[in-house]
Amino acid sequence: MTDAAARIPEADPRAGSPVAMPRPDFEVVPRVGIPVVAAIFAALVVAIVANKLWPLVFLHVVFGAAWTILDLFLGFILGPIMRRLSVPARIELTTRLMPRLLLIMPTVVTVTLAAGWQLGTLMGTVNSSYFLHGWVVASYIVVGCLAIIALGLIAPANVAVLMELKKPRPNPAVIQTLMKRFMFSAGFTGALQVAILVIMTRIRSG
Amino acid sequence: MSERALPPVTQLGMTSLALIVAGGIYLAAYLPRQVPLFPAEMLLGASVLVLAVNLLALSRVKTFAWACFFEVAKWALLAYVVLAALIEFALVRDGLSGGTLVILTLSIAVYAVHVPILIAFTVARYQ
Repeated sequence: MTDAAARIPEADPRAGSPVAMPRPDFEVVPRVGIPVVAAIFAALVVAIVANKLWPLVFLHVVFGAAWTILDLFLGFILGPIMRRLSVPARIELTTRLMPRLLLIMPTVVTVTLAAGWQLGTLMGTVNSSYFLHGWVVASYIVVGCLAIIALGLIAPANVAVLMELKKPRPNPAVIQTLMKRFMFSAGFTGALQVAILVIMTRIRSG
Repeated sequence: MSERALPPVTQLGMTSLALIVAGGIYLAAYLPRQVPLFPAEMLLGASVLVLAVNLLALSRVKTFAWACFFEVAKWALLAYVVLAALIEFALVRDGLSGGTLVILTLSIAVYAVHVPILIAFTVARYQ
């Protein structure tokens, strides 16, 4: 695999010219992960139906932390590193990372939001009479912005870059454009996640 | 890379999503009080209008990888219908009803249709 990647030529200087790039074989959506996602969603449904504090706190905190950490890591750690990698290394990393993210991101977002809403209903923190209601509404606004960027920019770029890499002759310029869009968007959502950390710690502190 | 002139599908899609998100925040911010539904209805109506404009603009594109678009859209739609169903389940389980539930259900429907369009468009435009 590494040897194959090492033979990948540098991006064609005539930007936009598709080139033959040996690259690791991969599935756009890793089928092995689908049962795991289904099990997580089943756990979410059970937690919502049970409406007990501990399962809802567990799902909201664990998946919310995963969402925050992933956004911060992709935006501020991996993004700058990827920009400095050689094209073969970037392709190798992309073909291994992006299919997993295609399953992980929608799952952590959906579980965090659904469990969080149910938790807020159970604890009464979503009620307008809650004494920190302004902070809760601020979290809705930040999460709304996160959702719009994730759904409108990040998810489409994620799928498109994988479909391009699946072609016999992928276009380096298309991959570069889409990856730039993905990493810039991830950086922006990383910054929004800092706002979420501030809001959530403020609410928790009372 | 493609230099074809294409309608601003991504920009319109994000505008449509922003409108339903704003409507959802408006309704959620006043819970459990009953609030006038008119602002949320207007935001949802505007979002549906933008979705319709987006579909119309896209349908008028002559040279486009439609086979690829529909192939990707089909699977993305399946995934986002499942996600939308989970969100809807959480809302119904919380005892939401009446006009608020109708508006939020329609908003979720717009989300479940528009996101697959954005994904399929982004893939197909580079074919």
